[in-house]
Amino acid sequence: MTKTNPLLLDMRGITVAFGSFVANDGVDLAVDAGEIHALLGENGAGKSTLMRVLAGLLVPAAGEIRIAGEIEPLGSAHEAMRLGIGMVHQHFMLVPTLTVAENVCLGLSSTGRFIPDLKTAAANIRDLATTYGLDIDPNARIADLSIAGQQRVEILKALYRGARILVLDEPTAVLTPQEAEGLFRILRALAAEGTAMIFISHKLNEVMALTEKVTVLRQGKVVATARTAETDTRGLARMMVGAEIALPKLEDAGTDAGVEPARRAEAILAVSDLTCRDISGITRVDRVTLTVEAGEIVGVAGVDGNGQQELAEAIVGLRKVGSGRVVLAGVDVTTAPIARRIALGLAHIPEDRHRTALVEPMSIRDNIVLERIGDAPFSRGGWIRRDAVAGLAEKVMAAFDVRASGSGQSVGTLSGGNQQKVVLGRALSRDPRLVVAVQPARGLDVGATAFVHRQLLARRAAGAGVLLVSTELDEILALSDRVVVMFKGAVVGEMTRAAISVERLGLMMAGRAA
Amino acid sequence: MTVTDQTAATRLRLPPGLVGSLAAVAAAFLVGAVLIAAVGVNPLTAYGALFEAALGSRNGLAETLVRTVPLALCGLGIALAFRAGVFNVGAEGQLFLGGTAAGAVGVLGAGWPALVLLPAMALAAALAGALWSGLAAWLKLRFRADELITTIMLNYVAIHLVSFLLHGPLKDPNGALAQTARLTSDGRLPVLLAGTRLHAGILIVLVAAVLAHLFLWRRTNGFRLRVVGLNPRAAENAGIDVRRTILFGFLICGALAGLAGFSEVAGVQRRMIENLSPGFGYTAIIVALLGATNPFGVIASAFLFAALQIGASTMESAAGVPSTLTTVIQGLVVLFLIGRAALPLWRDWVADRFRRRA
Repeated sequence: MTKTNPLLLDMRGITVAFGSFVANDGVDLAVDAGEIHALLGENGAGKSTLMRVLAGLLVPAAGEIRIAGEIEPLGSAHEAMRLGIGMVHQHFMLVPTLTVAENVCLGLSSTGRFIPDLKTAAANIRDLATTYGLDIDPNARIADLSIAGQQRVEILKALYRGARILVLDEPTAVLTPQEAEGLFRILRALAAEGTAMIFISHKLNEVMALTEKVTVLRQGKVVATARTAETDTRGLARMMVGAEIALPKLEDAGTDAGVEPARRAEAILAVSDLTCRDISGITRVDRVTLTVEAGEIVGVAGVDGNGQQELAEAIVGLRKVGSGRVVLAGVDVTTAPIARRIALGLAHIPEDRHRTALVEPMSIRDNIVLERIGDAPFSRGGWIRRDAVAGLAEKVMAAFDVRASGSGQSVGTLSGGNQQKVVLGRALSRDPRLVVAVQPARGLDVGATAFVHRQLLARRAAGAGVLLVSTELDEILALSDRVVVMFKGAVVGEMTRAAISVERLGLMMAGRAA
Repeated sequence: MTVTDQTAATRLRLPPGLVGSLAAVAAAFLVGAVLIAAVGVNPLTAYGALFEAALGSRNGLAETLVRTVPLALCGLGIALAFRAGVFNVGAEGQLFLGGTAAGAVGVLGAGWPALVLLPAMALAAALAGALWSGLAAWLKLRFRADELITTIMLNYVAIHLVSFLLHGPLKDPNGALAQTARLTSDGRLPVLLAGTRLHAGILIVLVAAVLAHLFLWRRTNGFRLRVVGLNPRAAENAGIDVRRTILFGFLICGALAGLAGFSEVAGVQRRMIENLSPGFGYTAIIVALLGATNPFGVIASAFLFAALQIGASTMESAAGVPSTLTTVIQGLVVLFLIGRAALPLWRDWVADRFRRRA
């Protein structure tokens, strides 16, 4: 591992085009053994494309990949594995009913073709785990492991296959701050043993804390490669976006509007003792009680999958309530149809806009009028009034800055940011009294995120209550008047803005009362 | 990566448009021509004989239009159900029950004036078809039973039930065959073109298509129906009553298929018979798909399939090509319609090969 050795990974001039769209335009990326290299960029900047090339899933139109100095034609996932390239995906590729050892050996002929020798394999896995400080029992079932544990299995799986180059795609998105620290310790140990790592993240603090070098992509091109120590978060953010964008904060909102919003001690939403079970009878929401008042944003924090989504679904009416009550604007809507809730002033910005919010083959116009087609002036006597619908669409598109060729363009052809603006426009232009926003900025770039946040703050200023469910602590911290933390379906803590501390939040998110 | 995924997905999700349907038909006829040439006949001669018979004479055209009526009515019903996300393949059984109800009312109401009797028969037929379809709707909404299975199974139940009725309670007391008594002239749809069998059922088709078109594109409930079909979860989230919309999709399909049974009974057979339909309800599924679930497209494709079926026997006698070839062409249309979705995949694959070679 002396400096005279060739770089472990050297990608040069990688170019990938999809039709007329150039996803990667002459991208260079070099990572040495023992180096943790951050790959930064907004959504659509070309990170995923580049990593798919490295994984052998895409063949670039131009460029070459050298592994330890040799030019390698990476044509298949199998070749990539043979060359020691390992991937830890954001969504785990594990079979939950199998054990750790079974998952790790899955598809490997070295374990034996017909009768797998899992005992030897388990012993090998245990040795490997100990070497890198990965705390895993090879005989544990995946389903019994925590998210962080499953992630360690993914890392182990890559190492067991002989990975020398490890790609980690937003590995901390599903972890609590404490768990993320644990992951970083493991990654540093791996680096010390000579593994090269590509660390993909949106979180600039993590990039600063963990990585040695950083490459920033924008619109398919490398805009900078630098030693991390010689940059700062502000500079990196600027390079990613191309211009400096400050995310709005609650503190700025009051001054923008000139006055603090008229906080009234009036509960727009009152959830009491709410319990929901899923089809298999597992409790997803466990006796949750919370209120949202007019003119406040209540953040619901928690690691993904702790019942936040189910809570939101129960409030908006997409999920059946087991027991407990949901009161919206003074009316008990626990079993009310969704149309009734909308009429009472509910607006929902769902987590999965493709599945739950948008009808993608339909036009922007149709999507915007979706909830209101039965109301005057958009229809009369059951007949649709097209000019009224088009008028609404034009107005909303202008107010929410939806960029499209016209209101007749189908929503499926819009970019993610513009799609989300359609969702926001539909929900917020109705002047709702309660906004339930779940991961409203997921998958959006910094500019679009800032827009979404400003819109939520504007609703707060207008006197609406906002329930903001997010796994992004930064988002929660920037916008919330109050924060409740969910863990395993229950609310485990609540704090007002003045009393928030990240450490306490982190502990609560991990289920430890603080 | 997201870019290609999105465009590919959008491309697949686009409603099957006019160009695609025409291309599928053209491709089916091309392959059909190869098959005709294989039995030693000039394809142009064979196709010429086929369309000459179906369209070239007053009587041929009338027969084609007569055949268009049940295909178009069932096709419209299936298309509307498809638009609601309901895959109702039970039009055949719904048609049989509609025909039976029409026949029963026609016999029972013999002596009533036509202006009362015909609407009563039509209404009974539509109700019977809707009820039968509603059974599948109930199974789906109550027990989540897949309508693809239940509607096709209910077809057999319906046909046997009708057979029982025609052998038993509804049987013509003065005849030996399993059929109802002959309808009086007041229970028959008027003939539109003297000397042919062309009856007023074709007008029902035109009115139904115009209404379906207005419903889908101008009415709020039609808008909701399309939303439910394209994304039921988003529909629910927007406050649309998804279950009611699905129920409506079932009922309208059954009612239109029932009307097809009525028009066959009152316009063609003049009584309810055991073999009322040679599979109209099944062919209508292809008709609905080829017509891109668009009401006027459905009429056009019903007309095409009717012409194929009417011209088939002439093609056999005049050109010596087996009439079953038209069945093959129908099948090929389905294959090409389905295969159209694979085109972009195939193109990507070719492009990929080519690039690797280079």
